[in-house]
Amino acid sequence: MGGISRRNFLKLSLGSLVLSSISIDLTPVKSYAATELKIRNAKESTSVCPYCSVGCSLIVYAKGGKVVQVEGDPDSPINQGALCPKGASLLQMANNPYRVMEPLYRAPGATEWKKVSWEWALSEIAKRVKATRDKYFILKDEKGRVVNRVEAIAHVGSAALDNEECYLLQKLMRALGLVYIEHQARI
Amino acid sequence: MTNHWVDLKNSNVIIVMGGNPAENHPISMKWILEAKKERGAKLLVIDPKFSRTASKADLYVPIRPGTDIAFLGGLIKYIIDNELYFKDYVINYTDLSYLVDPNFKGPEDLDGYFSGYDPKTRKYNKATWKYQLDEKGVPKKDPTLKDPNCVFQLLKKHYSRYTIDMVVEITGAPKEKVLEAYKIIASTGKPNKTATICYAMGWTQHTVGVQNIRSMSIIQLLLGNIGMAGGGVNALRGESNVQGSTDIALLFHILPGYLPTPKASWVDLKTYIEVNTPKTAEPKSLNWWKNRPKYIVSLLKAFYGDYATKENDFCYSYLPKLDDNRTYSWYDIFDAMYKGKIKGFFAWGQNPACSSANANKVRKALANLDWLVCVNLWDNETSSFWKGPGMDPKKIKTEVFFLPCASSVEKQGSITNSGRLAQWRYKAVEPPGKCMPDAEIMNELYHKIKEFYQKQGGVFPDPILKLNWNYGDKHVDIEKVAKEINGYYTKDVASHPIDKKAYKKGQQVASFVFLMDDGSTACGNWLYSGAFTEAGNMMKRRGKEDPTGLGLYSNWAWCWPVNRRILYNRASVDPMGNPWDPKRPVIKWDAQNKKWVGDVPDGPQPPLAMKGGVLPFIMKPLGVGTIFGAGLADGPFPTYYEPVESPFKNLLYPKVYFNPVARTYDSPDDKFVVGTDPKYPYVGTTYRVTEHWQTGVMTRHTPWLLELEPQIFAEIDPELAKEKGIKNGDKVIITSPRGEIWAIAIVTERISPLIVQGKKCHVIGIPWHYGWKFPKNGGDSANLLTPNVVDPNTFIQETKCFVVNIRKA
Repeated sequence: MGGISRRNFLKLSLGSLVLSSISIDLTPVKSYAATELKIRNAKESTSVCPYCSVGCSLIVYAKGGKVVQVEGDPDSPINQGALCPKGASLLQMANNPYRVMEPLYRAPGATEWKKVSWEWALSEIAKRVKATRDKYFILKDEKGRVVNRVEAIAHVGSAALDNEECYLLQKLMRALGLVYIEHQARI
Repeated sequence: MTNHWVDLKNSNVIIVMGGNPAENHPISMKWILEAKKERGAKLLVIDPKFSRTASKADLYVPIRPGTDIAFLGGLIKYIIDNELYFKDYVINYTDLSYLVDPNFKGPEDLDGYFSGYDPKTRKYNKATWKYQLDEKGVPKKDPTLKDPNCVFQLLKKHYSRYTIDMVVEITGAPKEKVLEAYKIIASTGKPNKTATICYAMGWTQHTVGVQNIRSMSIIQLLLGNIGMAGGGVNALRGESNVQGSTDIALLFHILPGYLPTPKASWVDLKTYIEVNTPKTAEPKSLNWWKNRPKYIVSLLKAFYGDYATKENDFCYSYLPKLDDNRTYSWYDIFDAMYKGKIKGFFAWGQNPACSSANANKVRKALANLDWLVCVNLWDNETSSFWKGPGMDPKKIKTEVFFLPCASSVEKQGSITNSGRLAQWRYKAVEPPGKCMPDAEIMNELYHKIKEFYQKQGGVFPDPILKLNWNYGDKHVDIEKVAKEINGYYTKDVASHPIDKKAYKKGQQVASFVFLMDDGSTACGNWLYSGAFTEAGNMMKRRGKEDPTGLGLYSNWAWCWPVNRRILYNRASVDPMGNPWDPKRPVIKWDAQNKKWVGDVPDGPQPPLAMKGGVLPFIMKPLGVGTIFGAGLADGPFPTYYEPVESPFKNLLYPKVYFNPVARTYDSPDDKFVVGTDPKYPYVGTTYRVTEHWQTGVMTRHTPWLLELEPQIFAEIDPELAKEKGIKNGDKVIITSPRGEIWAIAIVTERISPLIVQGKKCHVIGIPWHYGWKFPKNGGDSANLLTPNVVDPNTFIQETKCFVVNIRKA
């Protein structure tokens, strides 16, 4: 196996595993040549696991706009290619049949969700934000000091967002005057 | 973390208490096991449960949930009594020799209280919690540590009754194991030995959460383990970017970079700066927070751009101000919502109907909203609360919007791990269906709201209309946001006061050292200044060099602050700049070239004993590690109080019982019992498993993971199981003062009963990953049982110990 990197070795093993399960008698080397690996010609990009805070680096393989494989990144000094069961199952997070794929709305008293457009949902949310903010905005406190806050709207989340998103989100919420801004770090 | 994950390999003693890395941070075990293998490090696990981490431990000490301060207080006494502290370190780098106001009294004098307690408000007046100052305003010191008012003598007195026998009586831990643990930990009070502590929610989720951590911080200071390779106080944070989301302040009490949120009484920017910029009379203190004015002004410039000028206070008035006498924390939100005071609510990437303690109250509160917006990948117990158990959708008027967002591989951006390392994620694929990246949702929402205010006017629209929000025409350019977080020049600077060089408007600042308080720089978070400079996006770096062999990997991604991998590293050297441990030098003073080598030091100034030298704890106004923690709500020294709910007596302070300043709520749904209640004779505790994550929304929908852990379970010990007629695999009902859930019993010796105060302490352990919505028959949240009684400093709930009962279903 001289000259074969650990990752190539894994690719080889995987190829032989697939073949052996359908009982074709080929040597591992031949099987590598004869079968199409699912990561062949896939676009490789690196990512970081979205679960715990160790910050394990990942390689995400995509083909035809779809994630086909997720592996630990052997270059990372932190995880050196290793992943735990959660990180190793990220393929199923990316291609997940249970995900909601379009905006939903539930009207007062309704018993079911209704599919709606983004345009409608965001407009309706913006209307409600404005109406609630305008109605409950507190310009000054009882001592006459400027406070410019709204207590009738609250926000929680999220440690699952990227830093840049967290930044935009708190900027938006603070611009609206919210003081009830919290997230996972509190609990 | 003061240190970082790879650094665990440098430890001699790894203490895991209030955490379970093998289960919840699995890959970190790589470095813990490497320390064991390569340097013969000892792994100590102190936990109510024989955890997966404990299975790899050299010493496992079982203790009763919530008794950590008794255990650690006993350790402090052991270190003092046997003079095992690192004397040069504590004298030079801590306040141990400082004299305290003689009017200060502690729990030994006042039956469990500190001086200044007001039983009416259940708060302390901290007037006496201060040092004695000399005529220059510098604390008086007694380096002999003999003055009865010095911190050392007060500490000694405070823990005088935390004897081994008392510790055993309170914690239930076996005496010989307690002693062995003390011996191993205290062995690191030498210059060339270090211990590290790994803690997580097992410490924070208590009404004495902050004091749990402070107890260990005191121990690490006494042993001289802070700033050292293989040392420090290390929070194993629970989410991939909870460090970043905290730094960037999705929290009520801080703005990005730990700048306090303005209060009503801080009427203008001048007042804000005066109140929040510490001054020091200590000539050797760098007092880093003296730079606060630069950071708040640069933040206001990032928020309001050209509208923010010196003349208009940089739009300081636009920022919402908190009521001085109130908090706006997580449990305050749901209390206000329960009482009908909150009309609109965003749950963005969160599932509070399962993640919040006393979840029944939260679920009821959601029904009082006019509108709810949930942004998530999956429909969950919060977004579908209106069809949850006990709910009649027809009667619930709340409008709910569910916005489907992109997953982590469908967008780009940075996240910060527990070791403060910000790493970049690239987009691998487009989001499926009509899912949208969160940043795009925020952008669209902002523009819609702005449009309405532009067209229709409204109440005080200025902060919205004048918000500096230009991140691209149609789509958000995430790198543009990252650049704003780093900071840039807002105008040409002919000669910068720092380096006398010229800078152009629009150029990125090189680090926070270059930020200014005159409006010539904008910066979204000073701590991240240096992450995206003129040299590019440092968070994308993939350099694998490790010249010191200590695993700093300084060219891999980027770490705040200023790429410093180990915080307080000036404490790793003696006052002449020589490493305490020459074999593991984090930094070292190169006398010939007059500069530091190694990690990025906490300030470029020379070593303490040299001309211009500074003290190591640069974020503290006095420059030293504070063993006397006067800033806390519940006392300068950690004190053992029982959990709010506990079937046992407080043997040390029977008159106080639980933390006298712990916060509780008073709605009809805020039930808790104090002291012994025969209806709930057992101790409940919650935790996590490797295969699931938080409320389980992500992992319950991942088929492989769900197959591994399909259903809620409760771990109970064989004695209790026998007494209750429960067999392994039986369905059981667990009740608490707040609710009940079913679970599948796992009868196991992992969670054996301890003898506490002459009786058996049975503990029932329950993971909190489940919810009624999915999968069918998976069970509901363990948080239906937990109490929303909270720590007075952090307002985090006590979900690690509460009272329960159990019966066979």
